[in-house]
Amino acid sequence: MPSYLFWLFSTIMLIGGCAVIAFRNPVSSAMSVVTCFVGLAGLFIGLSAFFVGVIQILVYTGAVMVLFLFIIMLLDLTDEQKRAKGFAPLAAGLSLVIAFLVQLIGILSNTPDKVAPPLDAATLAGAATHFSQGGIATALKDGRLPDVQLIGQTLFTGYNLPLQILGVLLLVATVGVVALSKKQAE
Amino acid sequence: MPELLIQLAIILVKVVALTFVVVLPLVPVSVYFERRFSAVIQDRVGPNRVGIPLSLLGFKKDFHFFGLVQPVADGLKLFLKEDFTPAHVRTAFYWMAPALTVIPALITVCVVPFGSPITIFGHTEKLVIADLDVGPLFVFAVSSLSVYGITLAGWSSNSKFPFIGGVRSTAQMISYEISLGLSIIPVLLYFGELNLGRIVQHQAENGWLLLPFWKNGQISLPDMQTALFWIPAFISFIIFTISIFAETNRMPFDLPECETELVGGYHTEYSSMKFALFFMGEYAAMVIGSALIITLFLGGWSVGFGADKFINDLKIGEFQIGGLIHLGVFVAKLVAFILFFILVRWTVPRFRYDQLMKLGWVIFFEAALINVFLAALIIAAPELTAAIIGTGAVLLVALTGAVIWVAKVSEERPKPLRL
Repeated sequence: MPSYLFWLFSTIMLIGGCAVIAFRNPVSSAMSVVTCFVGLAGLFIGLSAFFVGVIQILVYTGAVMVLFLFIIMLLDLTDEQKRAKGFAPLAAGLSLVIAFLVQLIGILSNTPDKVAPPLDAATLAGAATHFSQGGIATALKDGRLPDVQLIGQTLFTGYNLPLQILGVLLLVATVGVVALSKKQAE
Repeated sequence: MPELLIQLAIILVKVVALTFVVVLPLVPVSVYFERRFSAVIQDRVGPNRVGIPLSLLGFKKDFHFFGLVQPVADGLKLFLKEDFTPAHVRTAFYWMAPALTVIPALITVCVVPFGSPITIFGHTEKLVIADLDVGPLFVFAVSSLSVYGITLAGWSSNSKFPFIGGVRSTAQMISYEISLGLSIIPVLLYFGELNLGRIVQHQAENGWLLLPFWKNGQISLPDMQTALFWIPAFISFIIFTISIFAETNRMPFDLPECETELVGGYHTEYSSMKFALFFMGEYAAMVIGSALIITLFLGGWSVGFGADKFINDLKIGEFQIGGLIHLGVFVAKLVAFILFFILVRWTVPRFRYDQLMKLGWVIFFEAALINVFLAALIIAAPELTAAIIGTGAVLLVALTGAVIWVAKVSEERPKPLRL
C-alpha cells in the first residue's frame, strides 16, 4: 500500500478513536466509532485484504454500530453527558491501556522482523503451485489475489469443525434471545 | 510519471462520465418518469408543459417536449427555496444527515460494470470505475452506510415524527439486509465469482441467469443442471428485488416516510436542498439497486442470444466501440427496471409495519435459507451419488415443511406486546 494512504487511514482511525472518548454525547461517540471502523477498513483494503475490509464495514459499521446507535437513541441517555466523577474509572481505563501496551511491546519485540514478499505476479504464480486446479489456481496464475476464495478454502477445509461449532453456538444464542424476549413480553 | 498522470486522468474521466453523466441524470429523469407514469396509471395527464420557453426570446411557440424539462424546473425550485434550519435541531448531525444518504448511494456506482471493454488508441479500458473482486459485498457494505443518514436525520430533528421515522427505517433496513445478503448466495455459488464484470461476461457467453437459452455464444436449450438451477435463481430474484424495494424505502415499504402516519417521516424538518438530497438519495439508491439486479440476474450490459461477441468486435477505424453500444443496452435495461419500480409504487398499497417485519423475518429469511440449500444441492448434484442426492432432497423437503409449520404455529396465537 502506498505509504500516504496508510498515513491517511491511520490518521482517520486515530482521530475517530480519540473522538470516541472526547465527545460527551453518546451519539457523537458512536459516530466516531463508525469513523474509526471506516479507517480500519481502509487499512485492510490497502493491504489487499478486500474481503476483510468489506466485511469490516458490512458487519461492524453497517450492522453492529447501527444497532448500537438505535439503542442509544431509544434510551435517550443524558447521564453520560455529565463530567465523569471519581478517580476509579480513570485509573481502571489507564491500567487497561498500559496492560495492552505492555502486551503489544512484548509481542512485537519477540516477532522476527520479516518482510512479506510483494504481491506481484511472480509470487502469486508461485503460490498457485499449492493448489491443484479450480478457480483459486487460475486466479493466482492470472496475477490476481482471490482472497475471498482463499478464505473460503481455508475455513471450509482446515477449520470446518470449529466453524460448524461456532454456527451452532450462534444459533443457540439467537434462540436464547428470542426465548428471553418472548418471556418478557408475556 | 506521465503514465501515472494518464492513469489518473483515465480514472477521473471514468468517474465523471459514469457517475455524473450516466447515473446522476437518471435521478431527475426517473422523477419525471414517476410523475408521468403515475399520471398515466391514474388517468391524468401529468406534467407535460414545462419546456424551453422560446416565446420569451421572441419566437412564436414554446418548445415543450412532453415536459421533459420538468426535472430542471423541479430542481431549480428546490434550490431556490429558503433553507430553513429549525431552532430545536442538533445542528451538526442535522447538516450531516442528507450528505450521508446521498454519498453511499453514489459511491456504490463504482463497481457496476456499464459495458464491455472498449479499445481506443490500442488501449483497452473496462467500463467500470473500480474492478473489485468483492463487487456485490462492496455494494451491500457501502449502501448499508446510508442507514446512518436516515437514522441521524430522524434523531437530530429532535421531534416526534421524524424520530419514529428514523427508528422505523433502521429496523427495516437491518432486517432486509439479511434477506438481501442471503438471497444472492445461490447466485454467487452458481458463478463461483464475486467480480461483477466477470459475472456479466459469463452471462453474456452462457446465458443470463434468468434466461439461459444460449451456451458459448450458440443458441441452445439449457442442460439439465442449468434448467434446474433456474428455480432457485428465480426465487433469489424475487427475494432480492423485493428486499431492494425495502432497502431503498420505496413503496410499498416506505414506512419511514409514510405521510398518513408520520407527516413526512425522517425528513419532516428538512427544507430546500437538504430535502432534495434525501429525495436524490432515495432515487439514486433505486437506480443502483436496479443496476445490481440487472447485473446479477438479467445479464447486465449484454444483449444476449450470442450477439455480444459480434457487438464487441464492432470497429470504427481503429476504435473498438462495441462497449458503448453495451452501455446503451445497460441504460435501456436500467430505465425499464426503473419503470417497473414506479409501476409497483403506484399499484401496490403500503404495508403495515408488523406485516413488513413479518415478511422480512418470517418469510424471506427462511425462504432465502432454504433456497441456499436447494441451490447447493443442484450445483453439487453431478458429483454426488443418487442416494446422497435423494437424502438431501428428502431433508430439504422436511426442512421446508418444518419451517412452514413453525411459521404457521407462531401465526396462530399472536400475543399482544404489553408495555
